Amino acid sequence: MNFFNIPSNELLQHLINGLTLGAIYSLIALGYTMVYGILKFINFAHGEILMIGAYAAYYFYSFLYDPAKGSSFIMAIFIAALLIAMFASAALGVLIERFAYKPLRKAPRLAPLLSAIGVSIILANLAALFFGTKSRKFEYPFDNTIIQIGSLNITPNQVMILGVGFVMMVSLKLFIDKTKLGKAMRATSQNQPVASLMGININRIISLTFAIGSALAAVAGVLMALEFKVYPTMGTMAGLKAFIAAVVGGIGNINGAMVGGIILGLLETFGVVILGIPQGLKDTIAFTVLILILLFRPSGILLKNIKEKV
Amino acid sequence: MENFIFVILIYTGIYAIAALGLNLVVGYTGLLSLCQAGFIAIGAYTTAIIMNAFNTGFWESMLLSGLVAALFGFIIGMPTLRLRGDYLAIATLGFGEIVQNVIMNWDSVTNGPMGIHSIPEPKLFGMALSASSDQAKPLWVLTIWIIAALSYYLIRRLIRSRVGRALEAIREDEIAASSMGINTAKYKVGVFIAGASLGGIAGSLYAGYSQAIAPLTFNFMMSIMILCMVVLGGLGNSFATVIGAIIITIASELPRLIGISHRIPPQLNQVLFGCILVFMMIYRPQGIIGRIKLNYAKILKEEILHTEK
Repeated sequence: MNFFNIPSNELLQHLINGLTLGAIYSLIALGYTMVYGILKFINFAHGEILMIGAYAAYYFYSFLYDPAKGSSFIMAIFIAALLIAMFASAALGVLIERFAYKPLRKAPRLAPLLSAIGVSIILANLAALFFGTKSRKFEYPFDNTIIQIGSLNITPNQVMILGVGFVMMVSLKLFIDKTKLGKAMRATSQNQPVASLMGININRIISLTFAIGSALAAVAGVLMALEFKVYPTMGTMAGLKAFIAAVVGGIGNINGAMVGGIILGLLETFGVVILGIPQGLKDTIAFTVLILILLFRPSGILLKNIKEKV
Repeated sequence: MENFIFVILIYTGIYAIAALGLNLVVGYTGLLSLCQAGFIAIGAYTTAIIMNAFNTGFWESMLLSGLVAALFGFIIGMPTLRLRGDYLAIATLGFGEIVQNVIMNWDSVTNGPMGIHSIPEPKLFGMALSASSDQAKPLWVLTIWIIAALSYYLIRRLIRSRVGRALEAIREDEIAASSMGINTAKYKVGVFIAGASLGGIAGSLYAGYSQAIAPLTFNFMMSIMILCMVVLGGLGNSFATVIGAIIITIASELPRLIGISHRIPPQLNQVLFGCILVFMMIYRPQGIIGRIKLNYAKILKEEILHTEK
């Protein structure tokens, strides 16, 4: 497994890094793809919902945990912060849908898109006004010792990201495939009028979709904050790339979003290592991927090619 | 004070040209483009670079900048516009970021984050149009607004032609339009290129007037500001777009004019732009002026009456 003169253990290391990044993209991409599946529009405010969730977790966490003293309940506090973030983002997502998108459900396609961009700008700038533009860092909830498996170095953060990401995706998958509400969601995304004739409350399902998508974004936000930092525009680039991940997997397709996120994370990591793309131009990779996917396989790598009907 | 009015008129004119281009894409064709600032940056940097490297005159450089921006418009538009319009929004959002990234990192050509500060002054009939001299300002106002008026006229001609009707048909219902035999991809890419080239020309004028450019000027918020001009005035109405450009430029320059800009955080301005987008969409989607719809029935009737006479 030795190509491009990179030792194989290093390659494995990059694989872990790529998977970690990919897990975060996947979590965000799920929110995009679920909303797109039901309402057929891009929720541009998704990245900002993620950011608000991260801030909620940050403030809750630093309120309860003093790094100087330490605490024996650190794990419990962290999980509580994660839950708070999920709740805050879910509430925000539902509110945004209710006030900024719902009045435009019957409007031309352009209207909700413009409204979503407006919401995203409002949130990012309000956050900058209230929380300041300074980036903040979580004090690590776990000790910083690096776990060594063979020649691999894995940080506890990476284990946390991969673990939480995996749990979240599996539970979402189970929820959508096995529960009655999940079935209602699938029905709504397939055909709204018929779903509502079957006694499904469409408005409630749409709210639920926003709540779940936003809660997953909040999880991604908290995980990102572990690895990187919390700042008002943290969600913008991550959101953009996660959307590209959703397109890679086939937008509207839940499995696709998970796979697409992982693929994009790996491509970005290996693009920098193998192709030697400078760090400053790292963002161009995702963009190039988008253009290539749209050129050669616009319906994503998983989805069958479905023509748009009247 | 007088000087300040001229400066505002110059910036309004430049933004109006860019906004007219964006309105072609967003207003008339119903496609969301979020990188007009990217095209402005491309125009501005093309002008700056070729004027410095090849000693070309400003006006040739301006036309070339329009062409270069159009070329990039084609590169973005070609893969994304064959599909549904939604992808364009994301692709253009990414493209705007990439343009800035490339400009920031390509030090040998663009001088990186420092920007280019030595753009030669444009000459008009042998007269130097320097940014620093006050005499040149009225002349700048005149030149820029002549170009704006020319763009307005060309767009008006375009919209009231077969092409314009095709664009409106695409906006109202793309599937119906394509079943009427309109090659939707061709028209969408074409209109996107036209919008991009107007952005490039606006950027070139920006570089020529200010003689100094830096990458951070052309950020995402500039694209949003131009989008707000189009939305506030009225989507799909060139006249309203110019009005929108005037209102938004004055509103964002006013704090500086009355000397309270240091007290207002810049984010407040952007929150205002966000609110404009959301509230206009919910309460007045046609904009403050409204969309002028061509009344085809009336035109047809007049023509019939005309022929009967």
